[in-house]
Amino acid sequence: MRPISSRNAVVCRDVAKVWAPGTPRAHEALRGIDLDIAPGEFVVLLGPSGCGKSTLLYLIAGLEDATGGGLWSFGDPVEKPSPERSLIFQEASLFPWLTVGQNVAFGLSIAGRPPAERAEIARQTLQRVGLSEAIDKRPDELSGGMRQRVAVARALAMQPKVLLMDEPFAALDVQTRAKMQDFLLDVWRVSGASVMFVTHHIDEAVALADRVVVFTARPGRIKTIVKVDLPRPRDPFSPEAEALRRHLTAQLQDEVDRAFAEQEALVAS
Amino acid sequence: MSAISQAARASRSGAGGQTLTWPRWVAAVIAVAPTILWGAASIGLFAGIWEVLWAVGWADAKLLPPPHIFIGNIADQAKFFNTVNRWQIGAGQGGVPSSAAAVFYTILATTGRVFAGLVIASTLAVTIGVAIRYFRVFGRLTLPTITLLAPVSPIAWLPVAIFLFGIGNGPAVFMVVIALLFHMVLATINQIDNVNRNLINVARTMGASKRQTYMRVIVPAILPQLFVVLRFNLFAAWMVVLVAEATGVGYGLGQVIMLARNTFNPSLVFFTIALIGVLGFLFDFAMRLAQRKLLYWVPQGTAVLRGL
Repeated sequence: MRPISSRNAVVCRDVAKVWAPGTPRAHEALRGIDLDIAPGEFVVLLGPSGCGKSTLLYLIAGLEDATGGGLWSFGDPVEKPSPERSLIFQEASLFPWLTVGQNVAFGLSIAGRPPAERAEIARQTLQRVGLSEAIDKRPDELSGGMRQRVAVARALAMQPKVLLMDEPFAALDVQTRAKMQDFLLDVWRVSGASVMFVTHHIDEAVALADRVVVFTARPGRIKTIVKVDLPRPRDPFSPEAEALRRHLTAQLQDEVDRAFAEQEALVAS
Repeated sequence: MSAISQAARASRSGAGGQTLTWPRWVAAVIAVAPTILWGAASIGLFAGIWEVLWAVGWADAKLLPPPHIFIGNIADQAKFFNTVNRWQIGAGQGGVPSSAAAVFYTILATTGRVFAGLVIASTLAVTIGVAIRYFRVFGRLTLPTITLLAPVSPIAWLPVAIFLFGIGNGPAVFMVVIALLFHMVLATINQIDNVNRNLINVARTMGASKRQTYMRVIVPAILPQLFVVLRFNLFAAWMVVLVAEATGVGYGLGQVIMLARNTFNPSLVFFTIALIGVLGFLFDFAMRLAQRKLLYWVPQGTAVLRGL
């Protein structure tokens, strides 16, 4: 195991995860993951469905324990969830019984911060995501994109150093998704947090990433890491973006084929 | 209560001020009009068939008195509701309430027992259900017994109710509680196990302790479905309270039915059945209103049962 010298935002060394180990249902989700995320870096985890990239986010969030290897964040071992590492899901997962403002202030109220401070931070954070007007609304009064922005605001209110995003825009329509990507880049630039963003959309990876980590099908391993040196805002139709898209597609294609073959074999058996 | 929620409430009540009250009321009436009309048509249809059967001589007025007879002599039937005094040993004749007052007291007594039973049962059930999941050992120790007792008919508990509480409100309320408690505990556990994992994970990543996760996420998340379970069980509560009362644990509508049976008074039976029907309906209606107020975040028409 390599010594932990850096103060990287996230360090994964030989991380493995087996679900339900020792039972007939045991299956290996991740194997031998080595990954370093620099502070303020935007990393996209790209791979076929069920390749374990979401599992890696859960491990980094501290919601699940790795069955092998080690994880560190800013030099400290990851042992339990922390507000410094916020997880955002595909569904906004807002608390339906709280107003938008109360949702954003939820973490602060858990931490026992005084009401006046909570209200102020909620107001400021909602302003940052462009939803000042919605502070007294209830989540079910908002559109899908707005709800996801509130979820981002709820995470930002805790001033996280790492934002873990598990296909956060997958449930949104294409136009909304493009808007949300721009929004996320703005938020990311201002916050200075590292972002780990899981997706199976190559376009999304091209639009967002500093680095794209391509996963193999199960068990999930890192197939390759592609550095993206395109300036932002990016033109999705530039020759460089086109080349990158082609490269990622080729990398991913073998894995998708393998995942398909495996699923067909599973069904057949 | 946080400043945010206070601000929210203030702005909401400000926005929906007096100017909107009147049109909203009218809109509400228009919205429920079809329901009321269909309800009236439904009751009218069955009452009409009954009346026709009586008119052609198929329904004997002594055995199956049609609505116009058993409702027509309300004043005559109401005097039988004076069961209050039958169990109040030492009550003087001067203290006998009027017939209308007796009907009112009887209804109040039965409704009060159902209400008390519902409140006690749901409070206990949520507390026990949450404790079973919160404290593993407590769960392991109690859950098997609760699962074992859940299928037992509440009627089987009637002797226990009388052993424990004698005669009066106690045993009737106990019966309602017993009828609901075990099912509601199991429903609570089921709901806890089905809370959206993401909501719990959000709380955990925000640094919530186990206690905070339960109080701030799990309990509010399970309340809407539990309210639906409570409404389903409301009818069971009404059945059980009548049995408890009929078996001589005091006065109330069950006692009146028993009296009607013993004195062979079909008019009184049907009059009481009609009363119970109306009461049960009103109770359910009140609970739906309460649900809308207490569980304001539940979209209307999903967790809420449709129909009457």
